[in-house]
Amino acid sequence: MASISPSVLKQASRLASKSSLTSAARRTFPRVASTQVSRVQSRTYVSETKRNDAQIADAKIETAIHLDKKDFEKAGLSLNAQDGSNQKVSPMADILSNATVMDEGQRPIYLDMQATTPVDPRVLDAMLPFFVSEFGNPHSRTHAYGWESEKAVEEARGHIAKLIGADPKEIIFTSGATESNNMSIKGVARFFGRGGKKKHIVTSQTEHKCVLDSCRHLQDEGFEVTYLPVKNTGLIDMAELEAAIREDTMLVSIMSVNNEIGVIQPLEEIGKLCRSKKVFFHTDAAQAVGKIPMDVNKMNIDLMSISSHKIYGPKGIGACYVRRRPRVRLDPIISGGGQERGLRSGTLAPPLVVGFGEACRVASQEMPYDTKRIKFLSDKLLNGLLSMEHTSQNGDPNHFYPGCVNVSFAYVEGESLLMALKDIALSSGSACTSASLEPSYVLRALGSSDEMAHSSIRFGIGRYTTEQEIDYVLKAVSERVSFLRELSPLWELVQEGIDLNTIQWSQH
Amino acid sequence: MWLMKESLLQYRQLLRQGEQFAAYNFREYAKRRTRDAFRENKSVDDPRRIQELIQQGLKDLQMMKRQTVISQFYSLDRLVVEGGISGKQKGKKGDLIRQKDPGWD
Repeated sequence: MASISPSVLKQASRLASKSSLTSAARRTFPRVASTQVSRVQSRTYVSETKRNDAQIADAKIETAIHLDKKDFEKAGLSLNAQDGSNQKVSPMADILSNATVMDEGQRPIYLDMQATTPVDPRVLDAMLPFFVSEFGNPHSRTHAYGWESEKAVEEARGHIAKLIGADPKEIIFTSGATESNNMSIKGVARFFGRGGKKKHIVTSQTEHKCVLDSCRHLQDEGFEVTYLPVKNTGLIDMAELEAAIREDTMLVSIMSVNNEIGVIQPLEEIGKLCRSKKVFFHTDAAQAVGKIPMDVNKMNIDLMSISSHKIYGPKGIGACYVRRRPRVRLDPIISGGGQERGLRSGTLAPPLVVGFGEACRVASQEMPYDTKRIKFLSDKLLNGLLSMEHTSQNGDPNHFYPGCVNVSFAYVEGESLLMALKDIALSSGSACTSASLEPSYVLRALGSSDEMAHSSIRFGIGRYTTEQEIDYVLKAVSERVSFLRELSPLWELVQEGIDLNTIQWSQH
Repeated sequence: MWLMKESLLQYRQLLRQGEQFAAYNFREYAKRRTRDAFRENKSVDDPRRIQELIQQGLKDLQMMKRQTVISQFYSLDRLVVEGGISGKQKGKKGDLIRQKDPGWD
């Protein structure tokens, strides 16, 4: 109790000082003050009362975290502001009295499985021996310490290869999907760029930042890159892709499952097209492996990036699938002792590799069960969210991975909604860009407006998400969205039936 | 017949062990997965297959014994959903451990 109260006090004072929650409202006030609404001249939307409303409602948000105020009252703790002592003091006092009974959990629900996932106990159990006792260098061929590590590493490699239908020799361990992407794109480009004949790469606008940035880097080196636009469902247009592939194209890089909207690209068709045009096909499958069935031979994938920490494995390791027949040749980024077929030198980390392998084994074993479960939870969440007014799902509703639900709440700013949803760990886009307030480039590429892109939230459902958590999330989101909308002057206009696009906002 | 008894015993052991996870999500998953796995395999007749499944369960039980202990060492604050949606669990059982504030502020 003693250790929790300071943080609660801080949280409470923050709420009461209105700095975080009403920032959206505050920001809109000056703008609206000079608004000229064309139809209703006499209305003004700014008044002192609005701010006071916000203050009272602040307390409401706090209680929304503790859903049943009645329970506290039953327990003999009156929370009425009228009972004397609290009356003259601000709502702050009300919150403080709450703080004394905040004995339940305060840790937020985790619903950001696209950013990372917790390590599965089975995976940790497989890893621990390699942290504790079996510490040998897997590349040491001269003693038993090395042999036992090497055996474990090769077993793990086998599990990973089995999950994607590849040969164990085609798996190259890297530090993560970012390194795998860099290695594939820059490696192929530099190897084939040397001949001077092929210098064109095709990718899409909704790729992960590391693919886009690698391509931009290659542009500086003199390669040509085509960034394919996507349809407004998030899928790429096969005809456009076919048109974009030229004589001198060497690589097509399209991600399997988008990290922000969860759209699954038609990998099989792309693979077939690339094979027929004799172009290498690279796919960033960090969000797909272990979640949807992947087969590199059926899909004609030549290079694939895999990440461990998206499939309940440890962070800090990933893999790159590099096809051997027909052979894909790469220029290695990291050179050295010649480990991993010389494509990625450096000593492997047996604990991480073993954890990664175990995560893949568990994923392939549990895939039918998990898929069914996640589909059920996702349907529940999606139906609940879309039953609220003015919400819409981003991405193709038929071709998306159910564990990634991206929903836009119109007339609410996504960042302020995230601030209001302190008890749920969510994000509005990829973790890499979550520090900036820029709208997501993925949603912009889908052709959604700035407002919609700003108001989108991504819900990630995983193996450990429970039904109770989904119920809680639905309740919390609907409460707080309606609260934030009540604050918003735009929402008032919409309720009056004014089309926001007809309003002339005065500039200043 | 003794296989039947054996599997029932194991079912109970697995559920009890799963209850020991300190982290809410792992605890719920362990219980749910155990229940669903036994339900899924309840119509298995082949004694050899049953033996295999029991061996598998034994391995999982040993793993859970280790992992529950570890998870109890590093347990954090409870989640907001624990103890029902009304938040009735008040932590009077004496098993409420707080080690860390979530986040910086």
